[in-house]
Amino acid sequence: MARTKASERLLASLSDTAAFTLETLEAQGIEHAEVSVGVGNELEVGVRQDEVELVKEAQSSGLSVRVMRNDRVATSSTTDLSRDALTAFVARAVEMAEISEPDPLAVPPERSELTRRWPDLDLFDPRTDRIDAERGIKMARTAERAALRSSKKITASEGASFSRSSGHSVLATSGGFLGLSAGTYQSLVVQAVADDTGGKKRAGFYWTGGRFFGELERPSAVGKEAAARAIATLGATKMETGVMPVVFDHEAARAIVGLVAGCVLGDALYRQRSYLAERMGTAIASKHVTLIDDPLIARGPGSRAYDGEGRKVAKRVVCARGELKSFLLDTYSARRLGLAPTGSSGGGGGIPHSSTSNFYLKAGRRAPESLLKGIRHGLYVTRMMGFGFDPTTGTFSRGAEGFVIENGEKTVPVSEITISRNLDDLLLGIDAVANDLEFKTSIASPSFRVDSMTVAGN
Amino acid sequence: MAVDQAQCAKILSCALERGGDFAELYFEYRRAASVSMEDGKVRTAGGGIDMGVGVRVVVGWSVGYAYAESLEPAEMLRAARTAGQIAHGGKPVAPIKIRRRKLGDVYPAGRELVDVDGPARVALLRRADQAARKYDRRVKRVDASLVAVHKEIMVVTSSGQLSYDVQPMVRISVSAVVKTKKRSESGSSGGGGRQGLSYFDDCPPEHHGEEAARVAIVNLDSRPAPAGSIPVVLAPGDSGILLHEAVGHGLEADFNRKRTSNYTDQIGKRVASPLVTIIDDPAIGGSRGSINVDDEGVVPKAHRLIGDGVLRAYMHDRLSAKFFNKRPTGSGRRESFREVPMPRMTNTLMTAGEDAPDDILRSVEHGVYAKKFSGGQVNISNGDFVFSLTEGYLIENGKLTAPLKGVNLIGNGPEALETVSMVGHDFELSDGMWTCGKDGQSVPVGVGMPTVKLDRLTVGGTDV
Repeated sequence: MARTKASERLLASLSDTAAFTLETLEAQGIEHAEVSVGVGNELEVGVRQDEVELVKEAQSSGLSVRVMRNDRVATSSTTDLSRDALTAFVARAVEMAEISEPDPLAVPPERSELTRRWPDLDLFDPRTDRIDAERGIKMARTAERAALRSSKKITASEGASFSRSSGHSVLATSGGFLGLSAGTYQSLVVQAVADDTGGKKRAGFYWTGGRFFGELERPSAVGKEAAARAIATLGATKMETGVMPVVFDHEAARAIVGLVAGCVLGDALYRQRSYLAERMGTAIASKHVTLIDDPLIARGPGSRAYDGEGRKVAKRVVCARGELKSFLLDTYSARRLGLAPTGSSGGGGGIPHSSTSNFYLKAGRRAPESLLKGIRHGLYVTRMMGFGFDPTTGTFSRGAEGFVIENGEKTVPVSEITISRNLDDLLLGIDAVANDLEFKTSIASPSFRVDSMTVAGN
Repeated sequence: MAVDQAQCAKILSCALERGGDFAELYFEYRRAASVSMEDGKVRTAGGGIDMGVGVRVVVGWSVGYAYAESLEPAEMLRAARTAGQIAHGGKPVAPIKIRRRKLGDVYPAGRELVDVDGPARVALLRRADQAARKYDRRVKRVDASLVAVHKEIMVVTSSGQLSYDVQPMVRISVSAVVKTKKRSESGSSGGGGRQGLSYFDDCPPEHHGEEAARVAIVNLDSRPAPAGSIPVVLAPGDSGILLHEAVGHGLEADFNRKRTSNYTDQIGKRVASPLVTIIDDPAIGGSRGSINVDDEGVVPKAHRLIGDGVLRAYMHDRLSAKFFNKRPTGSGRRESFREVPMPRMTNTLMTAGEDAPDDILRSVEHGVYAKKFSGGQVNISNGDFVFSLTEGYLIENGKLTAPLKGVNLIGNGPEALETVSMVGHDFELSDGMWTCGKDGQSVPVGVGMPTVKLDRLTVGGTDV
C-alpha cells in the first residue's frame, strides 16, 4: 500500500536526521556506523467496572548508533534529536569505543551484501493513528460489559484496555544502506474474574490484536471469551503425579516454540548457550515438526523487509520434518561460528544481534480436538508459568494450568502442577500437530501433542 | 535539574486547567554506562542519557497521563494539557507555592560507578572473568557485564511538595560454561545495589566469577529431581523470591482494590503459619530495592505485611490509599517517566526465627534443599506461584546429598506459607539482581529471608 503524505514527510525528516548523524560520525574518523532513528505515537486507554481508569497519550522519538573505530565497537542511544545534542552525542559514542578491545570479527556486511530493493509488507494502517481516546474507551467498555454480563459467575474485572501504536523508522549505514519503514499495531485486552471457593479467584484473559484495525475481533466477542475462560477454570485442583501424554493448546504450544527459537539464534550458539549447537543436519524433533522463520509475511506481527544491518531477508526453513536445517545468524554470530549470515539481525543501530522474525511451527492437518483422541489419562495445557528452562542442557520444567484428559475428553480443570521433560526429548515426542496456526504473535504454533511428560502434583 | 519551581507551578496549573483532584510531575534524568565482556574480551561499551517528564492528572479514579522526552517548556506544557484532558468541566486549580522537602539518605556515600572511567570498569570485569577461569579447568567460557546507572528524579505534586533524589545503581553479572566429554552446564552469579563503587569493597568481582563457576561445576553432577509434593528447605537469602511471588504481589493494594487478588478482604485474618512475619523495607542501606522517596513523592517506611501469620497491611500507592482510606506506604513506583506509578515492592523480607539451620536440615528425611533461583512468577487471582531452581540438592536423612537438575517449584501462596514449620535464626539479604515485572514495567527489588522449612511443596522434577 502506498504511504500517506504525512508518513512520507516524517520518513524524509528522519532520513535527514540519520544522514546528519552519519556525516558527523564520519567526520570523526570512524570506519563504520549504523544509525537507527524512529518516532512513535501511542494511545492507551483502560476501563474497569465501566469507569475510565487511564488515558495515556504520547509521542516518542529515539536514535541509536553502533560505531566501529579501529575494530572497536560502542553503542549508544538518545531521545534528543536536536542537531546540537546529536553532535555532542556522537562525540561521546566515538569516545566510548576506546573502552572496547579490538575485535576483528566485528565487521559490517559488505556493500554488495546490502539489499537495494525490498517488498512492501503492508504493515502500516493509516486508520490506526485516527482512533481517538473516546473510540478506544467505547471498545474497552463494550468488551468489559460483555464479559461481566455473560454470566453471574463473573464477579469482577481486572479491566479492559485498548492500545494502539504507530512507528516510523529509518536505518542508515555508512555502507550506503538506507531503509525506511512504518508500522502500526493495535490490541484490545479483557481480563474477567470469577470467585472460587477458599478465597481463590479465577482469571480469564483474552485479547485480540493486529497491524490493521479492521483485523481485530469484535469487542463483545473478546469479552465473552475472557469470561468463558475464567468460568472454565472454576474448581481447579491439583492432580496426581504421573507420566502421561500432554496436549498443548496453541497458546501454550507457542511458548515451547519460543524456547526452540532461542536455541537456534546465533548469539546463543556462539556463547555456547544452546543444546542444539552441534546438531546441524540431525533429528532434533519428530517428523511432525517443521519450523520456519519468515520475515516476509504480509501484515505479520514480526515481519521486516530488511534486517538490522541492511541485509536481504528471506523465508527460511529452520527444521524440516524434524531435521535441523538452518540457524538464524547476523553478521557477527555467523563469523564467530564460521557460517554464512542469514539476514537475521534484529533491531538496528544498537548491538546487532540475531533475532527471529515470524517464527512458527508449520500447521498439521488435524482438528485440534482430535489430538485428545485415544488418550486414556492425560493433561491438556492451556497456560504455563515460570522460567524453568536451561538452554545449555535443554532441561525443561514449568508450572502449568489446564484440564485433565480422560478417555479422549477434556474433563476437570487443574492448576498448581508442573510439567517436565528435556526439550530435546519433548520435541522428538511430538506425535501429532493440529491445523489451528494463526499469526497473531511473532512466535506462533498450532496445538500439538507430546507422547509423554512427567506431571508433578499431589 | 534545569527546571525551576515557578515553571513547575505553571505546568501543574496547565495540567489542572479543566479541574482535577490531583496532579504530579515526575522529572527523570538517567545516565547509564555499561561494558560487556564476552569470553575475556570487551566486545562493546555502551551507554546513553534518557530524560523527560511524566505528567499525571487524577480525577476520581481516572488517570490522565502524558510525557515529554525533553524539558523544553512548550513540550512540557503540551504533555500537561494532554494529561489534563481526563478532566471535564471542572474549575481551574490555582497555582500553589512549591516547597522542597528534606529527605533521608539510605544509599551509601561515595563515588558513583557511572563516573569511574572506562578502563577501571573494564578492570573490574576482568577480575571477575579471571576468577571464574581460575576456579576450575573445566570452565570453557565466561561472559560478564557491568552496568552503572545514575538516576535523578524530581517529583512535584499539586499540593506543592517537591522531592528530589539521586539514585545510584550498580549491577554486575557473570556467567560461566563448563564442559566435560559428556556434559555441558552453565552457572551464573550477580549482584549490586543502590550504591557506587563501594559495592566492590564488600563484594569483590572475584566473588561473582568464582560463584558462577562453582554453580556450573556443581551442576555437572546433577541428577533428575524428584517429582511430587515433598518437604522443601529454602536456603537463606535468595529464597526470598518465594515471598515476593507467594505473597508480595498479592498484597499490592491495586489488586485488592480491584478485588482480583486472592488476598482480597483478608486483612486481620490468618494467611500463613504463626512463624511467618513479612515486612517490606525500603530503607536497607544500599540494597537494590531501597529508595529515599517513592515515584509519587511519598517517603516510605518499613511496614509489616504479615505479622505472626496474620495479614496486617497492603502496599499502597496514592490511589489505592485513598480507596482504602489509609496513608500511602511509599510503594508507588514506576519504570520511567513514560509510565504511570502503581503499588510495588521494595525489599521484601521474612524476619528471623529461632531454629538452628542444622536442626532444620536434620528434620527432613527426604526432600529438596533450594539454594539459587533464576526467577519466579505468580498468578495473582488464584495465588499459584512458581520459582525456578538453578542450584538445589536432595536431602536424604537430614543431609545434603546429590545436586539436582534445574527444576520448577510450584505452590499456592497461603497454602504454602501455612506449611512453614521451622524458621532459622540466620537471616540473609540476597545480593541478587532481582528485577520485578508488572504490567510491562520493570523495577529493581530486593529480597531476603532465613533458612525456612516448608512441610510440602510441589517439586517439578522428572523422577517419579
